[in-house]
Amino acid sequence: MRTTVVIIGAGHAGLAMSRCLSERSIEHVILERGEIANSWKTERWDSLRLLTPNWQSRLPGYGYAGDEPDGYRTMPETVAFIEGYAEAIAAPVRAGTPVTSVQPAQDGYRIIAGGEQWQCRAVVLASGACNIANVPALAASLPAAIRGVTTIEYRNPGQIEDGGVLVVGASASGTQIAEEIHRSGRPVTLAVGEHVRVPRVYRGRDIKWWMDAAGVLNERYDEIDDINRARNVPSLQLAGSPQRRTVDLNALTGIGVKLIGRLAGLNGRKALFSGSLRNQCALADLKMNRLLNTIDEWATDNGYDAETPPPHRFAPTAVEASPPLEMDLGSGAIRTIVWATGFRPDYSWLEVPVFDRKGRIRHDGGVADAPGMYLLGLNFLRRRKSSLIDGAGDDARDLSAHLASYLAG
Amino acid sequence: MATPSSNTVNNGVNVEALLGARDALSQAPEGAQFKWRATCKWIKGTHSRSSVEGFYGLGEEQHHKTEFSFDADHPEIFASEDHGATPVELVLAGLASCLTAGVASVAQLREIQLRSVTATLEGGMDIQGILGIDSDVRNGFDGIKVTYDIDADASKEEIEAVVAQSQKRSAVYDIITNPTNVTVEVK
Repeated sequence: MRTTVVIIGAGHAGLAMSRCLSERSIEHVILERGEIANSWKTERWDSLRLLTPNWQSRLPGYGYAGDEPDGYRTMPETVAFIEGYAEAIAAPVRAGTPVTSVQPAQDGYRIIAGGEQWQCRAVVLASGACNIANVPALAASLPAAIRGVTTIEYRNPGQIEDGGVLVVGASASGTQIAEEIHRSGRPVTLAVGEHVRVPRVYRGRDIKWWMDAAGVLNERYDEIDDINRARNVPSLQLAGSPQRRTVDLNALTGIGVKLIGRLAGLNGRKALFSGSLRNQCALADLKMNRLLNTIDEWATDNGYDAETPPPHRFAPTAVEASPPLEMDLGSGAIRTIVWATGFRPDYSWLEVPVFDRKGRIRHDGGVADAPGMYLLGLNFLRRRKSSLIDGAGDDARDLSAHLASYLAG
Repeated sequence: MATPSSNTVNNGVNVEALLGARDALSQAPEGAQFKWRATCKWIKGTHSRSSVEGFYGLGEEQHHKTEFSFDADHPEIFASEDHGATPVELVLAGLASCLTAGVASVAQLREIQLRSVTATLEGGMDIQGILGIDSDVRNGFDGIKVTYDIDADASKEEIEAVVAQSQKRSAVYDIITNPTNVTVEVK
C-alpha cells in the first residue's frame, strides 16, 4: 500500500502530527501497535495522574474544556482525552498494527506492519521515549529471593510482597512509587542519584504554570548551552495529586522513607551505594533555587508580585550524617527492588543506518539524519517541553512544515 | 560562552582548550581512553617512594614534563620514622587537589574570578580496623569532611554551586564515593 507519510504511534505526539499534516492536506496514515494512547492505557501504574495540570494539555486544535483546569488527569481520563482528540481530528489510525520493519526504499521507506507492506515518502517516529525500562546490569546478579519490578510493570502495592522494598531512582516515578509503597506498610529505602527537585506549588501557582509563563518550557534545543546534557536531565520530582502535594525527598523522609546513595555496585549479596548522596541533594537544592530565582525575576518584571504571595525558599534536603553505604540483600530485609532507573525508546524495527554509537537516532531538533525521517516526543527534542503532551503541538507544527518542504523537494 | 577577548575573568584555566578537547573527544571517544600509572619502591620499614612519569591517552603514550615522586611513611607514634605523608593523607591530598582543580575550572567556565581557595580535609578513622582488633570496623575512613573557604566575585549560592559541580565532575571524588574493582597480582 502507498501513502505519502506514515506516522508510527497513535499517542498524543503522533496525533498532533496527524492534525498538522491534515491541515496541509498531506496524505498519511498512523500505524499503532495496540490502541490509541496505548502506553497510557497499558504501561502506567493505577494511581498515576499526569504531572502537568489539565489546562496544560494543549494539542493543535484541542484542549481542556472541563471545570478543573488546575487538576491532574487520572490515566483513564488521559486516555479518554487522547481518544477524544483522535476522534475530533478524524485521525487515520490503523490500530493493532505493530511495525516490525522500516527500511530505506526508493524515494522513501518501506514499512512492514501487521503483515502489510507500506511504501511512503516520509516517516514520523512517534512511538514514544519510554518503551523499555532501563535496568542496571547488576540486576542479573541479585540474590534469587529478591524480586525486581520495573516502573512499566508496577501497578500497585498489592503486587509487592510484604517486607522491605528498595526503590532505585528518585525522579518522578521513583519518588511517587516510593511514597505509595511505603504508605502501604512496606518500608521503603530510596536510592538517590542525580535528580531534579521542584515544589508542586510555588507562590500559589503550579510550578508548571510558572515554568510555562516564564518561558522556561519554551527554551529551544538550539539556544541552550549543552543540549546533550539537557536531553539527559532526569524528570522533575513531581506528582499529580488532588491535594497538589509536593513529593520531594523531605516529604518522603517525613513519612519514614530512608534515603541512601546511588546504587553503585553489587559485591556478592551486598549492595553498595555511593557516598555522594549529600552532594546529589545539594546539587538539586541549588538547581531548584536557580529555577525559583528565574521565576521570581520574571514575576517582578511582569507585574505578578502584587497578585501572588512573596518569594520564599524551601528547607534544604535533609540527609542523615552518615547514610549507609551497603545493604545485605541476602538478609531478607529487602524483598523487592523497584527499578525506577529511566527508559529508552525501542527502535529494534528501524533498519536504517541512523544511529549514533549509543544507539540513539542522530537528529537535529527531530529532523533525523535520514531523508524524510522525523522524530517526536523525545526529551528536549526541540524545546524543554518536548516530552510533555503540551510540547507535541509546537514540535509537530515545526516538523510538519519541514516535512512539507521536504516533500515539495 | 565568553570569547577570550571579552573575558576578563582569569583563574589560569584555559577553558577554550578544555571545551575544544571535549568536543573533539565526543567525536572520537577512543582518544578518551586513558591509563594512569604509578610505580612504588619500598625503601625501608614503612617508608616507600612512589613515582609517576608516563601515562597513556589521546591514543598514544604521554609523559609528564618531569618525573614526580612522593614519599610515604607513617609517623613515629606508629613506630615508624616519618619520612613522608601517610598513604591515607595522600588520598586526602588527591581528593583536595582534584576538587580544587574542578573549582577553578568550573569557576572559569562560569566567569567567576577566584581570589583564594583553601580546602581543609579531615578523614575519620578507627584504627582498630587496620590493627585487626575489631573485625566490625572497616580499615578505611568512616567519612571524609571537606571544608572550602573561597574568596571570589560571586554570591554564596554561586560559590556553593561551583563546589557542588566540581564534586559532580571529579575523578577522585568518584573513586572514593563509589566502589572500584582492584586487582593485585604478584609477578
